[in-house]
Amino acid sequence: MFELPSGAEIQGIIASLKASVGFFIPEIYLSVLFMLLIVIDLVAKGRKNNLLSITTLLGLAGSFFFIYQQHALPAGEFFFGMYVLDEFALFFKYFFVLSGILAVIITMADEQFETEVKSIGEYYALIIAMVIGMIMMASSSDLLMIFLSMELVSFTAYILTGYFKRNARSSEAALKYLVYGAVSSGLMVYGFSLIYGLTAQTNLIKISSELATHGYDPLVMIFSTLLVLAGFGYKIGAVPFHFWSPDVYEGAPTPITAYLSVASKAAGFALLMRFFYIAVPHGGQPYEDILGIDWLSLLILLSVASMIYGNVVALWQKNVKRLLAYSSIAHAGYLLLGIIVMNELGTQATLFYLLSYFLMNFGAFYVVILIANKTGSENIDDYRGLGKRMPLAGAALTVFLISLVGLPPTLGFVGKLMIFSALIAKGSLYMWLAFIGIMTSVISLYYYMLIPLNMYLRESRQQEEKEISQGLPAQIFLAVLMILTIYFGLFFTPLSDFALSSSAMFGLTLY
Amino acid sequence: MLSLIVFLPIIAGLVILAVPSSQKQIIRIVSLLAALAQGVLAVLIWRGYDPALPGITAGPGGSPLGSFQFVEKIPWISLHLGGFGSLNIEYFLGVDGISITMVILTALISAIGVLSSWTIQKQVKGYFILYNLLASAMMGCFVALDFFLFYVFWEVMLLPMYFLIGIWGGPNREYAAIKFFLYTLFGSVFMLLVMIGLYFSVTDPVTGNHTFSLVAMATQSNYIKDAILGPANVFWRYVAFIVLFIGFAIKVPMFPFHTWLPDAHVEAPTPISVILAGVLLKLGTYGMIRINFPLFPEVFRAGMYVIGIFGAINIIYGAFCALAQKDLKKMVAYSSISHMGYVLLGLAAGNSEGMVGALYQMFNHGTITAMLFLLVGVIYDRAHTRQIEKFGGLATYMPVYAALVTVAWFASLGLPGLSGFISEALVFVGAFSSVTTRYIAMVSVLGIVFGAAYLLWSLQRMFLGQRKPDAAYDLVVGEDGHEHIHFHDWNGKLDLDGRELAMLVPLMLITIFLGIYPMPVLGMLTTSINKLVQVLSPVVMSQM
Repeated sequence: MFELPSGAEIQGIIASLKASVGFFIPEIYLSVLFMLLIVIDLVAKGRKNNLLSITTLLGLAGSFFFIYQQHALPAGEFFFGMYVLDEFALFFKYFFVLSGILAVIITMADEQFETEVKSIGEYYALIIAMVIGMIMMASSSDLLMIFLSMELVSFTAYILTGYFKRNARSSEAALKYLVYGAVSSGLMVYGFSLIYGLTAQTNLIKISSELATHGYDPLVMIFSTLLVLAGFGYKIGAVPFHFWSPDVYEGAPTPITAYLSVASKAAGFALLMRFFYIAVPHGGQPYEDILGIDWLSLLILLSVASMIYGNVVALWQKNVKRLLAYSSIAHAGYLLLGIIVMNELGTQATLFYLLSYFLMNFGAFYVVILIANKTGSENIDDYRGLGKRMPLAGAALTVFLISLVGLPPTLGFVGKLMIFSALIAKGSLYMWLAFIGIMTSVISLYYYMLIPLNMYLRESRQQEEKEISQGLPAQIFLAVLMILTIYFGLFFTPLSDFALSSSAMFGLTLY
Repeated sequence: MLSLIVFLPIIAGLVILAVPSSQKQIIRIVSLLAALAQGVLAVLIWRGYDPALPGITAGPGGSPLGSFQFVEKIPWISLHLGGFGSLNIEYFLGVDGISITMVILTALISAIGVLSSWTIQKQVKGYFILYNLLASAMMGCFVALDFFLFYVFWEVMLLPMYFLIGIWGGPNREYAAIKFFLYTLFGSVFMLLVMIGLYFSVTDPVTGNHTFSLVAMATQSNYIKDAILGPANVFWRYVAFIVLFIGFAIKVPMFPFHTWLPDAHVEAPTPISVILAGVLLKLGTYGMIRINFPLFPEVFRAGMYVIGIFGAINIIYGAFCALAQKDLKKMVAYSSISHMGYVLLGLAAGNSEGMVGALYQMFNHGTITAMLFLLVGVIYDRAHTRQIEKFGGLATYMPVYAALVTVAWFASLGLPGLSGFISEALVFVGAFSSVTTRYIAMVSVLGIVFGAAYLLWSLQRMFLGQRKPDAAYDLVVGEDGHEHIHFHDWNGKLDLDGRELAMLVPLMLITIFLGIYPMPVLGMLTTSINKLVQVLSPVVMSQM
């Protein structure tokens, strides 16, 4: 029954593999870096220095070189349609490497690691592994590859979340993350198998042409997209797949919280956009017969629910990390708005919003770490009077929070402007989504401002009024993040042009 | 020139950032210098302003700059939007008759605010940085002619204001500050949506690109017919007008969106109350005149009646509330609501007299209310209370103060010879001569009576008669055998000191001068207002 391939075919396969490797250099480079870190960790065990973190930083920075070289390559599929290289994937490669770098930088600032963690080597190695996984998520064009890369990211994330082994909250968070993750991947794979059953294809582009040319049962289709959404929704932390996120965000080491909230979410969005835009791009038309419900309406539902739930529940949070967790649920809703419009402008707006979210969220978590270093607390109540004691950190956190609300002149405002522009340009039918988005961002002002309220408007309970110094590198880094948030809020052309040029996906027929 | 007047305070703020926080006096002086320089620039702009040019819309020959003056226009942001074309935002400043009076008012009130801030002792550095940021943003709002730029300035005002009320305010400041912030943000986020909608609906006649320019937006022929806010899309044009109007009405504040104002005023420190009443409230009505009405003239004509009714409610309701207040500052706050009602009424009249009156009232309310709040601050500094019933017979012991209060109070109630009278008279002339608002005006006149009632009554209770047994001050017999007033915890001059006089006397002179000879302000307004009335009139609409 099963014929062995002939010699010529094997030759062809090998040649194609060889050709494909040329498109895979950044990933190979990062894998080597991953192994190098483990070796260095073995050799340099027990020595208290920054050798590992510096190697990680330089190594990650070095990958920019290889990613930059890929701009010269033509967009296309390789590894037999498993993997693609296009502008869209390149955007996320930069994004994930940069977030890896920021994660390392803020890990170096976090003093909790010195007490909780004995060996930091595998921590950095895992961060690299996660970068690789996320890059693969953004570049996968095959259901199998999607699943594999997602699991790579998930497993490294589970370990990183529970990295404070002796800390009960950290372990609890890891377990919760694992259980929710397992269930949603299971659902997603079920969805994949249904799609495979409908089309006999695993490649996204082939699925799309198969769906377009052959008939299919719309009920099965909507059911399978719903199941797939369970997997993606879990990664992006959208309601109703968000249950893990507050506990995980609170329990995980703060750098990992920041890393998850930005990079892992972005990876989920990359996947979601590629899957829906490439595999089932036809929007409403073919699926309309099931009560007019299609994947687009599912996304609209997810988006509205996330914006409302995330912003409203955040009002009652007392812990800053938890508050930011709910805020990140809300931001998943705003990001989904950009995907819903299904055009180039929407993609551009989503990518732009991811960039702005990257800057302001990392910034906010960085300040949270600096404050926790000094006060040992992440409760909003303990932020009282900090504005006076940590002037720069207070000012920077206020800027990041204002940016998260979406007020000018910050980057977050421009992100919202782009998203709402995309909605309004699409037509008046999308106006009500913009209304919900804008109303919920007013709500968000209240809880974000709780932090400056405590920092500036209330006096600290202790009598100590001394300024707390944070060290020069931390101050410079913070000032840079803050200035960038404002600078790009006033002059956002480079970012937006980058987002636009990155909105090209291989095999896209949508726009 | 305009850039300089806008950004001077921010530059001062940056300088202050470099000054160590122990050098309080230097920080104050830097701020004062910036404010005075702003004042000098305002005078130069005023002298260089040509009142014959109308502004408002595109100028002769469809010039995109319009007949605005001191125009600065450079491309700011230009980027590509996927599948749509490009997004062009300009740094576009200019003044016409509507904004020039507000520019002068802002410069004046900012300088007086700095003087009034002299007594702030807590975190002086932070205070003046925020104050200067606020001053810049206010000025920016009045001269911005690009909607995007306007919006940025508009929103930048919120955060400093939040902190200025929240950190340096009274006991209930947290509540007042966040209430102010939420209310105004609620109004302005809808402005964001309308702004985007307008961008997609309007093209620049010269370049053919979409534009944020308010000058282009004020000409109806620049709208794309089927765009979301184009002339064919009547429903969305009404929605856009209403949400924009609400956004500005919150700032005015118009009933029923006024509740943040008394809270904010009562908690805010004196200089911030002065800024709030003197300039910030004007931004609401300025926004209506600059953006809301000329961009949607047909909706404005349909809604004049409603605006007039809300104006009348503001006038009468504000006066009633003021009558009931026990706290002097709250009374002044409600009087502000009442007086801003006249502005709304004048605008609703839709004719030249009413609109000129409204704008003149904006200017006069700025100077008069600033005076009122300063005077409230004077007595609060000394007695640490503002309860009207805690005073009595002050006129005997603080004669200069009493005299100034009397003039200010009379100016506020619209006594002939003082500037408030002329603007209110013009508003009523306009409102009576317009068919739409005639009956509304008749009702509104009652507001003047109630206005006189609460002002005179408070004057009587505080300044006339004898010291009450539970008064906030004591009387001591001095060496000269006369009784003198004595406040606890107050070592300064009992009657007004030099700094307080420096703040109050200029305002008072302006009030009296403009009450006798209003032409310096009216002359600047008239051409622009006539043009505005023409833009708003149905004749122009039918020519389209």
